[in-house]
Amino acid sequence: MFSTKNFNRSKPYIFLLLLFPSLLWILQFITGNLGVNPIERIMDEFGLMALRLIILTLAITTLANIKKLKSIVLFRRMIGLFAFYYVTLHFSTYIFLDHFLDINFIFKDIIKRPFITFGFISFLCLIPLALTSTNQMVKRLGFKVWKKIHYLIYPAVILSSFHFYMLVRADKTEPMIYMGIIVLLLLQRIAKKLNLLQLNQ
Amino acid sequence: MKILGSEITPYSTYLNRRKFIKGTFATAVATTISSNVFANHETSPDIYNKYLGENDTINSYEEITTYNNFYEFGTHKKHPSLNSGNFNPNPWSIKLEGLINNPQTIDLEKLLSKVTIEDRVYRLRCVEAWSMVIPWQGFQLSELIKIADPLSSAKYIQFVTVLRPEEMPGQQKRTIIWPYREGLRMDEAMNSLTILATGLYGHKMPNQNGAPIRLVVPWKYGFKSIKSIVAIRFLNEQPETSWETLAPWEYGFYANVNPSVDHPRWSQSTERRIGEFKRRETLMFNGYEEEVAHLYKDLDMTKFY
Repeated sequence: MFSTKNFNRSKPYIFLLLLFPSLLWILQFITGNLGVNPIERIMDEFGLMALRLIILTLAITTLANIKKLKSIVLFRRMIGLFAFYYVTLHFSTYIFLDHFLDINFIFKDIIKRPFITFGFISFLCLIPLALTSTNQMVKRLGFKVWKKIHYLIYPAVILSSFHFYMLVRADKTEPMIYMGIIVLLLLQRIAKKLNLLQLNQ
Repeated sequence: MKILGSEITPYSTYLNRRKFIKGTFATAVATTISSNVFANHETSPDIYNKYLGENDTINSYEEITTYNNFYEFGTHKKHPSLNSGNFNPNPWSIKLEGLINNPQTIDLEKLLSKVTIEDRVYRLRCVEAWSMVIPWQGFQLSELIKIADPLSSAKYIQFVTVLRPEEMPGQQKRTIIWPYREGLRMDEAMNSLTILATGLYGHKMPNQNGAPIRLVVPWKYGFKSIKSIVAIRFLNEQPETSWETLAPWEYGFYANVNPSVDHPRWSQSTERRIGEFKRRETLMFNGYEEEVAHLYKDLDMTKFY
């Protein structure tokens, strides 16, 4: 059940599953079924989906430590690219629909508002990850360099969780849950690193 | 179940008590609708058009009643309309207390028999940078203040929302220190724009909008317009208010709509009018500058935001 072959076979379905929400929201947006403030709603949905997928890529790396689940790492790239896809939709909604390409306003907004600054930096961090996602790029850069670039996922996930946390006005439960998961995933990595160091000594 | 008088008082009765307001406001006007049209205003919002500013269109009943900030019923915009079904605002009474000559607990129905219900079409600007245009029915807060008959030492008024965690699921969570509290300076409270609203679109106030009675202060951010009021206190000093207590660096006591003083996390210079695609410029005092600017001529509004 957990064989590489099975995982590879399920890829197209996972692709469709991850694509589906965006198509649904866009359709609902066009047909006027996203409530009375559709721009805010679609921006929130895209953003939240992006954050969830970023966290999911980290979780996959962690779960892949379990022997039986090793092959789920095969999904990581696709999920990461979908995270980038949703971040791009989120950012585009902000630029085009929310502020109508008012570059002056957007520029000031990014500089002045920490929560937007955080979100924006997080978006910038994800760009090189998306650009270097192909096998060819891994080869060209060498795995070591490639891996270094991909450490950018850490500032990206931390900043985007703060971006969400700071946006919420009173009930911080949901962003706190995401932050808690992120902390656990980071702790697992630190523990693993320490373990390796000990083994090397 | 016993049916209370307050449940069956139709709007036509309110209308009989209505008198016309003398002064005219630039954008908010009180008025003259023949009594029979009160039946179902939401299907004919055109009747309010004559009170609208030239750049405004009225929001639909659906928009006004499904997109709400009323944390007592949950923190998402949809929660109040979904979670307020068990809230029962009948019967209702309001406690008037503090520095007044007539402290009392007044039954809402009795109160309504002493005041004049009017139509008031106001812009509502939320601190979150969205806005609506809403046709309220209500009476001037100044009328209630006259009933309370404050002492000269009363300089501020505090309002308190009902505390009913069993009917208001949001109150079971400590997002805000319940009950919700708000306040006004006496001159703000006496201003003729300030109303206590008991209906919208000709309906009894829906639960999600603050049944059965709420404050509406159209030149201030929406959070000042406290809902489901059970107590009104007259004080000699500025009262604590909920949002200011929760995050004083973000929300002030005054909370006047002001495009040049930003919220620390976002700009207040523009807003999204619900139902419109493009953002619009936010107006000073939400466009009610003429009526209220004089109240703040000696106030540093960057400090007292």
